[in-house]
Amino acid sequence: MNAVLLAARGLSKRFGGLRAVQDVSLAVEQGTITALIGPNGAGKTTLFALVSGFLPPDAGEVIFGETRLAGLAPYRIARLGMARTFQIVQPFAGQTVLENIAVGAHLHHAKRADALERARAVAERVGLAPQLGKLAANLTIAGRKRLELARALATEPKLLLLDEVLAGLNPQEIAEMLPVIDSIRRGTRDAPGVTVFMIEHVMQAVMNLADHVYVLANGRLIAQGSPRDIASDEAVIEAYLGHGTAQRLRAAGRLQ
Amino acid sequence: MSSALRVAAPIAAFAALFALAPLAVASDAWLNFIVLALFGALMAQSWNVLAGFGGQFSFGHAVFFGTGAYAMAVLQVRFGVNAWVALPVALASGAAVGVFIGALTFRYGLRGSYFALATLAFAEIFRILANTFQFTGAGAGLQIPLTKSPATLQFDARAGYLYVALAFVVAGLAVAGWLKHSRFGAWLQAVRDNEEAAQALGVDVYRIKLGAIAISGATMAAAGAFYVQYLHYIDPALAYGPHYSVEALVGALVGGVGTVWGPVVGAFALHLLSDLTRNAFGDVPGVNLMIYGALLVLIVMFAPRGLAGLLAALAARLRGSK
Repeated sequence: MNAVLLAARGLSKRFGGLRAVQDVSLAVEQGTITALIGPNGAGKTTLFALVSGFLPPDAGEVIFGETRLAGLAPYRIARLGMARTFQIVQPFAGQTVLENIAVGAHLHHAKRADALERARAVAERVGLAPQLGKLAANLTIAGRKRLELARALATEPKLLLLDEVLAGLNPQEIAEMLPVIDSIRRGTRDAPGVTVFMIEHVMQAVMNLADHVYVLANGRLIAQGSPRDIASDEAVIEAYLGHGTAQRLRAAGRLQ
Repeated sequence: MSSALRVAAPIAAFAALFALAPLAVASDAWLNFIVLALFGALMAQSWNVLAGFGGQFSFGHAVFFGTGAYAMAVLQVRFGVNAWVALPVALASGAAVGVFIGALTFRYGLRGSYFALATLAFAEIFRILANTFQFTGAGAGLQIPLTKSPATLQFDARAGYLYVALAFVVAGLAVAGWLKHSRFGAWLQAVRDNEEAAQALGVDVYRIKLGAIAISGATMAAAGAFYVQYLHYIDPALAYGPHYSVEALVGALVGGVGTVWGPVVGAFALHLLSDLTRNAFGDVPGVNLMIYGALLVLIVMFAPRGLAGLLAALAARLRGSK
């Protein structure tokens, strides 16, 4: 077993009467791709916001490496080496792709020339190299998703939180992105591997990439395990497809 | 290094061109025009740093202008401090007031029109304070003793003032150029475009905004200090009234916010226009403000990137058609 890079213990968050996240504990191991899945409204993005410091939890704690993150501002958590992308992309619209990525690269490179060089290298990795001079506002949705990924990656994080970077992409674009994410985890000769924690609806990605999967429904963790285990887990199937589905599938002989 | 050179070269050319102006232009009226346009460019650049690069729109930039002007006047009149010594103190006062206002507003997340209104309120508070205390000359204002010697930052000929204003404008251009090519500038523009995304990338939004308002405050205070030396007089309405808040804002918006050269282009265009209208309409009060307003509407509607943006687009088109 690898060392645990990120651990959440008993995380809870409520918004008025809505218990968005309830007593969630999980661990992301160093060097893995861990997926967080669940139906819409399950609390996945809220959980990411709790982990990355954008929302304060009502209860529970987050430990990143050796550090307890309680009360730390998001920028401090980013400086510790945790980078996140946003489900609803947040480009610096008036700036070029290169300038956008350089903002991330500046975290560890004070000199402009170094940051720009670093940004070009990251753009190369995620396939944005031909569009460096374009304004971020003029990118396609697929381009913007890549830009989110590139900016976060440019901060040279230890842990990358990806919030649905594949949503809204067509099958070919998804097929192009899968090896990119895999190579981020593995690392290259010039860049160390990065642990990935991803929210994802695209099952093809979860099945192909993830080492470990957590399933969230109505704010609670209902299952965890390898992608194969999760795919045949009755609680998971019911959470997605409705109560009683697992039984009907079994009756029809479609579920072992 | 080449990128630094590309920023520095036009600024050096600009400095050289205007440094020669007193030799080429004999007319006092024209020299006065250039001095006032440079003075306007300095204010517009100050507004541009905070709003153009930082996205924090201020309606009360006079608060920094007046602080610089009063620091300069009070130190000389009340304490007999030499003007050259008072000048850096005036700049520092502008920066300090900036940090003070920034700490109060940015700490509590005031953005957009709320921040703009808060700056307006601060300018009014400062105006009332200056109007109240004998220390600042109250309603009568303060008069700087005339000495007309470079040792006291006063000059016989307008050329002397031109060089002082030019030095400030060149420094302002250098700051804007630095913002375009530095980590601080990149982070400031990131904050302008999307605060959440900037935070996620490790940017300390609050500190970056404080830095921007300090630079902007010091720059505007320099304009206030210059004003006092040029006209030898300041009173609360001149210092903290809306006039210079508006001039700073219109100059930057007309010229092009978030650009290095926009404020200079905008200020010269505005002063040219207001001189032309003065020739056409005589000294009917308020005509220049009407023109400012009309121009601002046109620019916002048809050239949101300002005259500098318009020129850049034109240049790109010419290059494309070749």
